Amino acid sequence: MGRYVVRRLLQMVPVFIGTTFLIFVMVYAVGDPVNAMFGDRAPDPATAAQLRAEFNLDKPLWQQYGLYMGKIFSGDFGNAFNGQPVTELMATAFPLTIRLALVAVVIEIVIGLVLGVLTGLRRGRPIDSGVLMLTLVVISVPTFVTGTVFQYLLGVRWGLIAPAVSPAAPLGQLLLPGLVLALVSLAYVTRLTRTSIAENSRADYVRTAVAKGLPRRRVTVRHLLRNSLIPVVTFLGTDVGTLMAGALVTERIFNIHGVGFQLWQGIVRQNSPTVVGFVTVLVIVFLLANLLVDLLYAVLDPRIRYV
Amino acid sequence: MRGATRVTMTRRALAAVGVLALTATACGGGSSSGGAGGGAPDGVIRAFWTDPQHPVEPANTNEVQGGKVLDMIMRGLKKYDPSTGEAKNAVAESITTDDQRTFRIKLEKGWKFSDGTPVTAKSFVDAWNYGALVTNKQVNSYFFQYIDGYDDVHPEKGKPEAKKMSGLKVTGDRAFTVKLNQKFSMWPQTLGYSAYAPLPKSFFTDHEGWLKKPVGNGPYKVDSYTRGQSMKLSRNTHYNGADKPRNKGVELRVYTDQNTGYTDLQAGNLDVVDELPAGQLKNAKRDLNGRYINQPAGITQTLSFPMYDKRWKGEKGALVRRGLSRAINRKEVTEEIYHGTREPATDLTSPVLGAGGGYEPGLCGSACEYDPKAAKKLIKQGGGLPGGKITLTSNVDTGSHRQWMEAVCNSINRTLDKNNACTVNPVPTFSEFRSDISGKKMKGMFRTGWQMDYPLIQNFIQPLYYTDASSNDSGFSDPKVDKLIDQANAAGDQKSAIGLFQQAEKRILETFPAIPLWYQNGNAGYSERVGNVKLNPFSVPVFTDIKVK
Repeated sequence: MGRYVVRRLLQMVPVFIGTTFLIFVMVYAVGDPVNAMFGDRAPDPATAAQLRAEFNLDKPLWQQYGLYMGKIFSGDFGNAFNGQPVTELMATAFPLTIRLALVAVVIEIVIGLVLGVLTGLRRGRPIDSGVLMLTLVVISVPTFVTGTVFQYLLGVRWGLIAPAVSPAAPLGQLLLPGLVLALVSLAYVTRLTRTSIAENSRADYVRTAVAKGLPRRRVTVRHLLRNSLIPVVTFLGTDVGTLMAGALVTERIFNIHGVGFQLWQGIVRQNSPTVVGFVTVLVIVFLLANLLVDLLYAVLDPRIRYV
Repeated sequence: MRGATRVTMTRRALAAVGVLALTATACGGGSSSGGAGGGAPDGVIRAFWTDPQHPVEPANTNEVQGGKVLDMIMRGLKKYDPSTGEAKNAVAESITTDDQRTFRIKLEKGWKFSDGTPVTAKSFVDAWNYGALVTNKQVNSYFFQYIDGYDDVHPEKGKPEAKKMSGLKVTGDRAFTVKLNQKFSMWPQTLGYSAYAPLPKSFFTDHEGWLKKPVGNGPYKVDSYTRGQSMKLSRNTHYNGADKPRNKGVELRVYTDQNTGYTDLQAGNLDVVDELPAGQLKNAKRDLNGRYINQPAGITQTLSFPMYDKRWKGEKGALVRRGLSRAINRKEVTEEIYHGTREPATDLTSPVLGAGGGYEPGLCGSACEYDPKAAKKLIKQGGGLPGGKITLTSNVDTGSHRQWMEAVCNSINRTLDKNNACTVNPVPTFSEFRSDISGKKMKGMFRTGWQMDYPLIQNFIQPLYYTDASSNDSGFSDPKVDKLIDQANAAGDQKSAIGLFQQAEKRILETFPAIPLWYQNGNAGYSERVGNVKLNPFSVPVFTDIKVK
């Protein structure tokens, strides 16, 4: 297993270099960010030239990439155009987004698995069709609709919560955004678990376990559920990455200054150091989450071994 | 045995996840008070804010969000009256000149920065020299371009030859002289813009520290500033101006989205929002029970033509341009797309100037009136559209540009009874659009927006239409216009200067290098908790006047 992990980590190096280079090229290909810094007017050429020199924009692309990567390895992600170090932005944005993503994942796991097991065991019954219908509705309504509707109803109409999350973002305020963020994935988790459970409930080992006289609860949780979790874990693993990067819509609706928002603002303002820096970290998050998922397979299914 | 190890592994994994979750949530625990959602201390205004694009410093702030802060914490020689736009003395006691070129400035007694240090002539001269020096990379450097010696500290290329502008001379503790590189009679009236604000010693000795907590001589002082989150301001006890705050302070809160700010305003968690989401403009007046402001801002939108392209030169080109102008139904666009937050333009200036400042509605005459029949005739007289069709180019990343462009093109197509006479050419980002314009790559009409630097007619004419001026994107050049502008700048009194600028404006409209489209308004909404909210000519809320109920 140790050797497997080392091999996987080594494989990450070319992937990391390749993705960061692509991102770098794409962000810089969009155009000259200095132009956008002067408002609705022609930039003053002398000041623009100075700014370009500061951000190395006057050098050829490959050289810019080299300089950038060199700095990254010494922990310097450069400065955003408003003078704030990108590392400082990360230090405030990542904890927020991680907290939001955790709230969402916990909601997904708890509600998704429970609904999945319930419907999987009661195939064809009213509860099954009811939940299936519900998941269909949730999947087809976009996040910005659920988000703004919940926000308006709970925040403005009924005044139960504050519509915007405060900068400190305590857990209580993150519950609604977390739920909104989790909804779509939650529906997928439910459906994946249901199919998996429904399939496995006819498997031989389940029959054996029942024949052994094990209590029903133990059969379901220890034998049936555990063996049905592999597709769900795969989904959740990639979803963690998506939740970190893709919380953009939810973060903007609920005023959460997290990763998605910083990325969005970086793109809108063509703030290349912010965009490349955040995406670089996200690439690492994705790679590690995938490795973790692969390792979890071995925990769930004894037949899978890594040498 | 195997089973046992498996169980412990699972347990360990779960425990690890649990610890992670706890630490992550612990970061947020404890500090649940403050910020959005909570109430504000008595008498403090909670206002919408977004992260300023540049660090907040006078010569480096060219957008409203940073300008909002500077307006509160800085006071220059002059200040623009929030309702009339007239430049009135603030720190200046007097500004005098004999030749419209050398100005003697005397400062009023008693002005201090919020850290207690006095405002002296040096505070101004040092700040201006800092702003102009090219190596300081200040985006507002060009504001100092009329001061003698600007070219030495801010050359087009290469290193600056001097660090200080030769035109600035301190003549006393509270007196200095400014020599300009050309005659500019209205120059004193430009001094109300925040780029000309004085700076305390700490700005130069501890620049990093100053940016973290700016210090100025304005009605408010910064109590705390957390970048990307909020800024808290309270009254500056050292403030010497007449417009002392009528409230206890302001809390600026950074929002991720205009819609979120608007929702918070509706929920009563926010008091002043000066950026209303475009989608809500239609309902804002009703939603907010009339607590909605829609007033002129110093922004105009025009459609410019590439006058460097030979197809657009000469008498015939002018006829076609005038024809196109008459083919645009401005009223419909401003009402249907902008819900009255734009006004059809009838001259090249802006209503914020007021009649006294040189705004003259109807100066454009019939050329700016919608009349399809006359339009068709004019275009025909001019030999039709060059090549039979025309494109309309703009960036489409902001400001509902795509919608109005389509409306304008439809209007032109309907007039000419031709489906593809006018086509929209959307450019994804502003930066790309800007590169195309400065590269003189335009073939057809393109959007040119102008946000004034100071409420003066000069600012709507000279930078845009003087030969080779900094924002003369169409490449328009007319010696007669240049001469009229020079005369206006040399004029002894303001009234004749304005008259000459209007003559230049009329002359420009004869060639018609740009189609005036509409004047943009500033919009804001406010809560029931506050009153007496208005916007200044730069569309920034006048915070000092707001009263908290």
